[in-house]
Amino acid sequence: MSIAAKMQSLREALAHWAKQAARPLTLMEVCGTHTMAIHRHGIHSLLPRNVRLISGPGCPVCVTSQGQVDQIVELSRRPDITIATFGDMVRVPGSTSSLERERARGADVRVVYSPHDAVALAEALPLRQVVFIGIGFETTQPTIAAALIEARRRGIGNFTVVPAGKRVPPALTALLDSGDLRLDGVICPGHVSVIIGSRAYEPFAQRYHLPCAVAGFEPTEVLDAIVALVRQAAEQRAEVENLYGVWVRREGNRRALEMIESVFAAGPARWRGLGLIAESGFLLRNGWDDYDAARRFGIEEGEVLEPPGCLCGDVLRGRLQPSECPLFGRPCTPEDPVGPCMVSTEGSCAADYRYGPRQSQRCRED
Amino acid sequence: MCLAIPAKLVEVRGNEGVIELGGWCKTVLLTLVENAQVGQYVLVHAGYAIEVITEAEAYEVAALQRTVFGAEENHE
Repeated sequence: MSIAAKMQSLREALAHWAKQAARPLTLMEVCGTHTMAIHRHGIHSLLPRNVRLISGPGCPVCVTSQGQVDQIVELSRRPDITIATFGDMVRVPGSTSSLERERARGADVRVVYSPHDAVALAEALPLRQVVFIGIGFETTQPTIAAALIEARRRGIGNFTVVPAGKRVPPALTALLDSGDLRLDGVICPGHVSVIIGSRAYEPFAQRYHLPCAVAGFEPTEVLDAIVALVRQAAEQRAEVENLYGVWVRREGNRRALEMIESVFAAGPARWRGLGLIAESGFLLRNGWDDYDAARRFGIEEGEVLEPPGCLCGDVLRGRLQPSECPLFGRPCTPEDPVGPCMVSTEGSCAADYRYGPRQSQRCRED
Repeated sequence: MCLAIPAKLVEVRGNEGVIELGGWCKTVLLTLVENAQVGQYVLVHAGYAIEVITEAEAYEVAALQRTVFGAEENHE
């Protein structure tokens, strides 16, 4: 079947089940990569009138707390430190500065593709302290764990990490328990699920009676997940459907999970918009303290207010659509962002700014 | 940030592998997967393979159907 024919048949199935459900349904895509795919492929324009799709807290850069951004900026100001980071983090504004601005003032900030590249950088620069910014969800954390294990094995002493990794399920629990939001289904993050397995969502289906669908990132895969969720709602079922089974196993990637387990332990972490959530962070285990940049340099994450007027927190909780923020488009734009949701390529504000219709053109098909 | 790309493994040397991606080759680390073999497909994130599947299974990957396998079909 061609992609066009598959899309057509999915649209027909969606229309059918949306009619059967016969009530307004709110679905959330948790993952920022899904947010991007949904906007890029115009999925919103394919939704029936009673189905609404909102974005969740699934962009690691966006959910990094203002205090942690400030901590990272502070580290970059030390003359002996070279910051190695994924590119998305460079432009995120802290309270007074960003890595980009510090780099313009002379700080050594390098973008790397892999945590492994950061270890190689530390080896190549023995007189510098290389600090890797360890943001990311479960998809990324095993790669950071592997890099740390490699650094220790090779005796590289000038390599440390800011452990800023976050776990998706505790954030989803916090969101559901907040009572802010009535969700009828969740599109579960495909690549996080490769690591943690589809079983991670079983408690949500059972405890919250929440339909869950693990999905890939092609337009047909996203639409397939939406059909599955709407159908579950129509049939008053709540199960975990793994629609990305080619990569995702129920138990996840055992080896990657062991790697995470050997380096990190779950602990409290502060999320922008959601606050402090127990067990939601990847903290370095005892025995890995030497590799913690905060400890080595005595620069901890503080509690800092978010930029005035910025409603990224509400956007991340799914309470507001990006365009409902008074700063959206003016003054907050991808070129001159106020909040992180406009900075990251996967932020829902950046996606909406880039792909969303102008307000006057917003319309939907029946 | 959770972007991951499927690609064919064309070489394996211990913990390192080489993937072929749109006509060019790139080294990836195989530390996070078990028994990856030449000819299989890996899902690559941040320089590491995070999962591995057989070639037969790869025909089910939508992203590859659209790019790699779809392109072959068009030439027939």
